[in-house]
Amino acid sequence: MAKVLEMRGITKQFPRVLANDHVYFDLEHGEIHALVGENGSGKSTLMSILYGLYQKDAGEIIVRGQHVEITEPRRAIDLRIGMVFQHFMLVEPLTVAENIVLGSEIRKGPFLDYKKMIAEVRRLSEEYGLQIDPEAKIADLSVGLQQRVEILKALYRGAEILILDEPTAVLTPQEVDDLIQVLRNLKAKGTSIVFITHKIKEVLAVSDRVSVLRRGRKIGTKLTSDTNEQELAEMMVGRVVLLQVEKGSAQPGPEVLRLEGVSVKDQFGQVKVNNVNLSVRSGEVLGIAGVEGNGQSELVEAIAGLRRVSGGKIYLSGQDITGWSPLRIRRAGFGFVPEDRHRRGLVLDYSVADNLILGIHGSKPFVTSAGLRNQGKIGEYAEELIAEYDVRPPVANQAVRNLSGGNQQKVVVAREFAQNPDLLICSQPTRGVDVGAIEFIHKQVIAQRDRGAAVLLVSAELDEVLSLSDRVAVMYNGEIVSVMPIEEATEHKLGFLMLGGRLEDYQAGEVSGSAGQS
Amino acid sequence: MRDKVKALPWQELLLPLVAVVLALLVGSVFILYVGENPLKAYGILFTESLGSMRNIATTLQRATPLMFTGLAVAFAFRAGLFNIGAEGQLYIGAFCAVWVGISFNLPRIIHLPLAIFAAMVGGALWASIAGYLKAKLGVHEVINTIMLNFIALFLTDWLVTGPFHGGSWVPETVRISSSAAFTRIYLPTRLTTAVYVAGIAAAAVYIILWKTKRGYELRAVGLNPDAAEYGGINVARNTVIAMAISGALAGLAGAEQILGLHNRFIVRFSSDLGFMGIAVALLGKNHPVGVLLAAVLFGALQAGSAAMDRSTAVPRELITIIQALIIFFVAAEFLIRRMLRLKEDA
Repeated sequence: MAKVLEMRGITKQFPRVLANDHVYFDLEHGEIHALVGENGSGKSTLMSILYGLYQKDAGEIIVRGQHVEITEPRRAIDLRIGMVFQHFMLVEPLTVAENIVLGSEIRKGPFLDYKKMIAEVRRLSEEYGLQIDPEAKIADLSVGLQQRVEILKALYRGAEILILDEPTAVLTPQEVDDLIQVLRNLKAKGTSIVFITHKIKEVLAVSDRVSVLRRGRKIGTKLTSDTNEQELAEMMVGRVVLLQVEKGSAQPGPEVLRLEGVSVKDQFGQVKVNNVNLSVRSGEVLGIAGVEGNGQSELVEAIAGLRRVSGGKIYLSGQDITGWSPLRIRRAGFGFVPEDRHRRGLVLDYSVADNLILGIHGSKPFVTSAGLRNQGKIGEYAEELIAEYDVRPPVANQAVRNLSGGNQQKVVVAREFAQNPDLLICSQPTRGVDVGAIEFIHKQVIAQRDRGAAVLLVSAELDEVLSLSDRVAVMYNGEIVSVMPIEEATEHKLGFLMLGGRLEDYQAGEVSGSAGQS
Repeated sequence: MRDKVKALPWQELLLPLVAVVLALLVGSVFILYVGENPLKAYGILFTESLGSMRNIATTLQRATPLMFTGLAVAFAFRAGLFNIGAEGQLYIGAFCAVWVGISFNLPRIIHLPLAIFAAMVGGALWASIAGYLKAKLGVHEVINTIMLNFIALFLTDWLVTGPFHGGSWVPETVRISSSAAFTRIYLPTRLTTAVYVAGIAAAAVYIILWKTKRGYELRAVGLNPDAAEYGGINVARNTVIAMAISGALAGLAGAEQILGLHNRFIVRFSSDLGFMGIAVALLGKNHPVGVLLAAVLFGALQAGSAAMDRSTAVPRELITIIQALIIFFVAAEFLIRRMLRLKEDA
């Protein structure tokens, strides 16, 4: 096959890090080439250079045999390179067709030719097998369909080289399957695809070749058929990793958290959590699976006292904690790893030490009876946790802002876990965290369970829910639609329920469909 | 434990210094325009503000109220609040001070501290209104402190021309009793012991912000209110407390003006000391030591300006221009960083 793209010796220096260090990357005609690596390994930087968002410090780019300088995205588009970002760039109130042609609208005299625009988009979507209604409003589309619009946008601009930056991060398992199908269609049509991800399973499912980056360096390129999950994980992390969480069976004790008919409204009065009943016992992990935005965040914040409940009761170890202040709830034995560590979990400009005492900063021994901070004790405590939770670099007085995502998350986890709470809520505990830190955090969650904590786990990663939980609840549209023991939970079943399917329908479907499977 | 913000590293000092130098450079264009030699004008400015003990004393006297208002704005800023209302808090504090100063006859050891305390309470309560409106009703503090400035101004106008009018043809109160006045410490200048109070206030601000639990909470609220709330910190309460402390500091500026300088309340005496506090805090990087230094710089510019006006063709208004330019260049930090090719920290 002919090479459509070659990047040689690409080097990019950012003020503090060497993001790309003489990286070689190539793409053959009609292949899907996965680019994997942990956060901060330089994969997005490399592709941003290709798309003209960053300028390389050294190296050369050869597109279809021609040496090129890509100084801006406009130039990349001229070279028929398209990029779909993790965060979509769509105009929500406009229609699919309007978004796709935006910037190169079809006109009839001074006016827009809507009919032709719609026809053109329809033709394109049929040609590539990307079914979509050109006249639908973006705001009404699911995330998966919005992504499809982004892909069509790139194709409409003539992209033959398509870069997808972490395209599955926002999708449900079913949507991921659809995307993989779409990518195969595109490949069949001769499009060459770069697929950036840190999820190894997807790499194996979709790609022809895979390149691994680590700390800005290219570690290697493999034919996907010649490699496996374990090898790729080790290439990414640079050491042997345990992909499977090792855990014994749960020993559930008494009930710790009880929700009775809890409802929560958002600031606009919309019901986000509707009459939820749930119970978590000591020594078990209850996982909540669900597409993001189905009320998980609101539910968890209500338990933490950060959001007012509009109805129902919350009990912690038998005590009615409804309406308590966050501090009082914490003191009653509650730990919480919030979904967004930058917004909620950390004061980024505070030192590691000061972040490690957030929430217990007013308790002894960190403050004297005169209200003065006990710097010595704060420092000692920080050193202890830094060592125990392997925060790197191990510097207590460094601002948390300067840590990597994984280490920032370790600070949050250390703080919340070290208090040995009776109830521990972990919301997206490994989001944006690299493989090595994921392994560590998962182990800690299980250790907390085995210590006797009741753990409520909320995660958009089905793998995570499945590997950590003892029971699984599915949340859809503000309601808990099903709770099942882990033995009954499969990725496919949860995915079905997460999209609003009903359990009865699934069971009916399984009977008829099971013949074809396994 | 040393936070990043606690020390004033050389870079933090360098940026304001560069801003001052650039402001003087641009200012020299104006001086050239009026046909004077910038070196001569700036030379006079320098000797007249820092060239002798007496001039230094005058500079410090000019700087004292700015130290207080600068600290007031900086303190609120650390808690994430933009206190535009130092001016109004200063007037209310000043009025409380004058009221105690004229209404009681007490031994000095009680009378002066009582008047100072009254000014702090007045400023604190006035600022708490803004803090409360922000915390409970979500009214932005910039809006409500500006509005409260007008109310404070007209309220004191009325009090001083009405119930508390001194009886002369001037809109002012009677003199305070001498037992409530700050002592002058370097005659013939008007520098008083109030400058010591400013030093104590700066130390107190430092201790509160970086050495106490309260300061930890206030700064957390300022840096990330969502994380503070998550960490069990009562954001509303800390907002009110931050405004109250800020207002108390602004009230001290009022006390200094009444008990140290004017010895009476003259209607609209302040000439924007509260607003200058914003500039001082900005230049001082919201750090108590930086605020003191910035206040001294502004005090020096003002102290030297009269002499420059007298002995050159440069009008004293140039000083206002230079002050504005300093603020402009401080605000254009990005530009200066680029000029110095400083690597971004963040």
